[in-house]
Amino acid sequence: MALTDHTLDSVRPLLSLQNINISFGGVQALKNVSFDVLPGEVHCLAGENGSGKSTLIKIITGVYQPAGGASISFDGQSYDHMSPVVAQSKGIQVIWQDLALFPEMTVAENIAFQTVLGRWPRLVNYRHMRELAIQALDRLGVLLDVDAPLKSFPIAQRQIVAIARALVGEAKVVFMDEPTASLTQSETDHLLNIVRTLSGRGVAVVFVSHRLAEVLDISSRLTVLRDGGLVGVYPTAGMTQSRITELMTGKTFDNHVRAADRTTGSKVLKVDGLTRRGEFDSVSFTVREGETLGIIGLLGAGRTELALTLFGMSKPDSGAITLNGHSVQFQSNRAAIDAGIAYLSEDRLSLGLIQPQSIADNLVISSLHKIQKNGVLSDSRKQQLVAGWIAELGVKIGQQGDAISTLSGGNQQRVAIAKWLATDPKLLILDAPTVGVDVGARAGIFDIVAKLADAGLAIILISDEVPEVYFNADRVLHMAQGQIVGTFDPRSCTLQDIEAAVYA
Amino acid sequence: MTRFVELFQNRLGRELAGPLLALLAVLVIFGLSSPQFFSQATFGSVAFQLPELGLLTLAMLFPLLTGGLNLAITFTANFAGLTLAWALKSQGGLDAGPAAMVLGCILAIGAGAATGLVMGLVLAYTRAHPILVSLSMMIFIRGLGEFLTRGGDISGFPDFIRPLGHGSLLGIPVPLILLIACVALWHFLLMRTKLGFNTYMVGSNIEAVRYSGINTRKVIILVYTLSGAMSAVAGIIMLARFNSVRVGHGESYLLITVLACFLGGINPFGGFGRVLPVFVALVVLQLLSSGLNLLGANQHLATAVWGLLLVGIMILRWVASQYKSINTSKG
Amino acid sequence: MRRFIRTHGTESALFGVILIISIFLSFSTDNFFSFGNGFDLLNISSVNIIFAVGLLVVLIAGGIDISFAVGASVVQYVSVLALGTLGGGGWVSGLMIAGALGIALGMLNAFLIERFRIISIVVTIATFNIYFGLLMFFTKGVSIYDLPEWLTTRVVLFEHQLTDGSWIEITLPVLVMLVCVVATWAFITHTTVGRQLYAFGDNPEGARRFGINVHAMQFIAFGWLGLMSGIGGLMQAHYAQEVVPNALYGRELDVLAAVVLGGARLGGGKGSVLGCVLGVLLISITQNGLNLMGVSPFAFKMIIGAIILIAITLSNAPLERMMRREGRGK
Repeated sequence: MALTDHTLDSVRPLLSLQNINISFGGVQALKNVSFDVLPGEVHCLAGENGSGKSTLIKIITGVYQPAGGASISFDGQSYDHMSPVVAQSKGIQVIWQDLALFPEMTVAENIAFQTVLGRWPRLVNYRHMRELAIQALDRLGVLLDVDAPLKSFPIAQRQIVAIARALVGEAKVVFMDEPTASLTQSETDHLLNIVRTLSGRGVAVVFVSHRLAEVLDISSRLTVLRDGGLVGVYPTAGMTQSRITELMTGKTFDNHVRAADRTTGSKVLKVDGLTRRGEFDSVSFTVREGETLGIIGLLGAGRTELALTLFGMSKPDSGAITLNGHSVQFQSNRAAIDAGIAYLSEDRLSLGLIQPQSIADNLVISSLHKIQKNGVLSDSRKQQLVAGWIAELGVKIGQQGDAISTLSGGNQQRVAIAKWLATDPKLLILDAPTVGVDVGARAGIFDIVAKLADAGLAIILISDEVPEVYFNADRVLHMAQGQIVGTFDPRSCTLQDIEAAVYA
Repeated sequence: MTRFVELFQNRLGRELAGPLLALLAVLVIFGLSSPQFFSQATFGSVAFQLPELGLLTLAMLFPLLTGGLNLAITFTANFAGLTLAWALKSQGGLDAGPAAMVLGCILAIGAGAATGLVMGLVLAYTRAHPILVSLSMMIFIRGLGEFLTRGGDISGFPDFIRPLGHGSLLGIPVPLILLIACVALWHFLLMRTKLGFNTYMVGSNIEAVRYSGINTRKVIILVYTLSGAMSAVAGIIMLARFNSVRVGHGESYLLITVLACFLGGINPFGGFGRVLPVFVALVVLQLLSSGLNLLGANQHLATAVWGLLLVGIMILRWVASQYKSINTSKG
Repeated sequence: MRRFIRTHGTESALFGVILIISIFLSFSTDNFFSFGNGFDLLNISSVNIIFAVGLLVVLIAGGIDISFAVGASVVQYVSVLALGTLGGGGWVSGLMIAGALGIALGMLNAFLIERFRIISIVVTIATFNIYFGLLMFFTKGVSIYDLPEWLTTRVVLFEHQLTDGSWIEITLPVLVMLVCVVATWAFITHTTVGRQLYAFGDNPEGARRFGINVHAMQFIAFGWLGLMSGIGGLMQAHYAQEVVPNALYGRELDVLAAVVLGGARLGGGKGSVLGCVLGVLLISITQNGLNLMGVSPFAFKMIIGAIILIAITLSNAPLERMMRREGRGK
């Protein structure tokens, strides 16, 4: 169902790329890709990790050069290739996922930083910078203290600064790389308003993401990449996230509700009126043996904070935690681990795994006592333990000694799960276990989760993606602003019911 | 053969290749250019000079692996030496008995460990940078030592201490035996204990280690305490070798220890590196300075050559990584 | 004012500490709080401040340099020898030669860092040993006392005798120091390249994507430090009236401590000239005060070390807890 040509004919594209090929070390990262953006449109560029999205942006912004035969035209001019300086000066701006801002500098300087670019030293005109910054923020309808250092603002405001910076450059097209990944719902809404404003002014916006539910409404076209090739260009009207997922992966997913009645198992965890000021308030629930309890909540709902308290990394102000019938108060996460609680961090890259270190070491770090022999760490025991888990969870690895960073997201996550299973937990808290895991590999993770639950493990599955908890949890708690505001049973409600509640 | 190489690499670590190559080069070059190089005298002088630098390097190694640094090691060694000297002096100086020596050594190691403990506590509970914390500790200890000694020497120790600095056991110098024992201890701690395991992990990502249920504060505190204690051992050996203590003795070793660690393949950002390659690197450095001595140069030229060697090895590593990335991109 | 305290926390705290120490000293000693003593302090601190503002630039760009002080010794020695063969020279040629040599030594560090991707601490520890070893080898540790006359003549730019009989003096090193401080301040806060250095130190990858010439940054930072260490070296020779090859050995760590005390961050992106100058002054004021109070000179370093240790412990500890509270509030 590719878009018919008449839409393209009626408006001349602002940006058009044809025949884009590029290889890195013998691997063709982009194969004969074409891509275009119309003036003032909101466009989605979707694809899994490694599908070539970022490479395409880097070609458009001149960071990479495409192979011969490519043609790039922008704003009526043709180029063999771009360079960062030309791209910026012509009005192509990118808001990178990590924002590429300078935290120690003031907001004004961050926004108007391009005025200090250039090889030869000139004097800095701070007054001009302030004016530019205030103007740009004005256009977004935002009021920020432009003289305050950027580090004093939370991530959402920093994103606004990044957008304002793009506007100073008289942007004609703005690429936003995973812009909603770290925003709460209200912040995302604000961002979408800004995008509408931009689009209304004739600035084209391209969302680059693998998760597009929030932005589908306001965009008009969707380009999908898979394995470095173009899948197609589609109108977004009538498009759903699951259809996008199918296009991105080339597979159809046969999702079914896994929920079952788990009221017979003994209570593993009971939480009563747990409160930690500013984070969560009067949270009560139970998790039984073999039960998967889903907690759905958007960023800022207090879900991770709750998990960290259960895991002993922060102390509650009031309320009680009962584990297997015993009241517990953890002094540290070590105490929680020893008591049988495991917590898979939402931030695998910087908190979940130690990226430069080996697969084996990452797997055994939380259960070192198991690889000791006569009080001394034993290499053979370590190898045995690791090999056992690698086989058990079907992790694809080269050697145990390879750095964990060499594995794909899905395999890394399997190692992270194995690391926690090795501690013999009774309760496993999974915080956003599919972040950075390809859609195709997610099902495998949830198969493992289901198997663990069947074996009697109590699981708390925290996520901000409704389908994830809907299909994989036995019960779903909805958390918002630090409180449990609703309970759903996937067997007796629809996906849309939960979505309506969460995105209300 | 490849199996052997693999076994070798797995057992001893890939970091060993560079230092071993340098060792070979030094042996060949000096062997050819100076007939006296392969002599008892050369190796004797190496064997007696190696321990001080070696023990201090071990003290530097642990903090480096955590991604930190302990700039206070040399003055901690002096401070520990002073403690021992004080213990001996208070027990009769020249006439002090072995009991005083044992007590003094325990106190000296305790004093060294205490300086490390303080640094460890500051580093574990604040976000201060290790360079700064250990630097201020260094300035403090140096000042304390100078204040106590008024900048002078302390000497006059019982004779039975001499063998600790100059004696031999079965033809092997006693200080060298001590160094080898400490190298073995460090190797054991790093390879076979939880503390060692966690030291490497902390060097790569301390937050992730904390999330894994490890008491990272304890790791940091222990690492710096051990570093201080090892500095103290170096201080005791220095006392025995010079038969005196002076604040400032061995000061010039400070940056050489860092150099030796880098030469031995310790990752400057922490998290990777082994004891054995560092030991080989130390032998290379010492052979270099002895060899240059034979050729008529002095220690200062050797220092410069050490610096050049470090630059050379780092450039070679860069070349090797370039070559590797070209090769992988072809494949 | 309140805004300044908020955005310049370290500088304000340092200023407060200096104020407290000064008030304490002016009550407990007779002549601390005198103009004469104040200018003495400036004269003594000049060389360290020149080094410090140079090192600051490297720290801001995310590097570190251990070699600059022995580099300055090399510059002193070579400059004096070169001036000798040129038939004496003068201040202009002296400063030019010292500055150029300093820049060359700094550039060598930058070249190794940039070309071979070796981190700055490794490179500068290596060059520290190379510079110092070669200097001691070729000079055999022999000092030069026979300096050109212009170099050893004290240049007093302003002097005035106070009613109590003490002298106010502003000497050449103070003037040079002021020029270096103002130049560094203007360079890093009011030129585009200076701001690029901050950006590069703060977020190197962001800077690269922005189109900043990241290859040039190391050369600029280390070149500036080289220039400062060259000038500082010459000033030290002028002040000491001799060239001793190992006179500046060990100075690098003292200066580093002062600069970081002044709020510069190891790792880049943060630091100010004001903080840097206050950091050096805090240490010299303490030293000066201890001296006037009749404390044994042997105790100076101990007390200063303790002060720095306590200062960094305090300045880092509450911050962390505050930040965590803040983070929780979100």
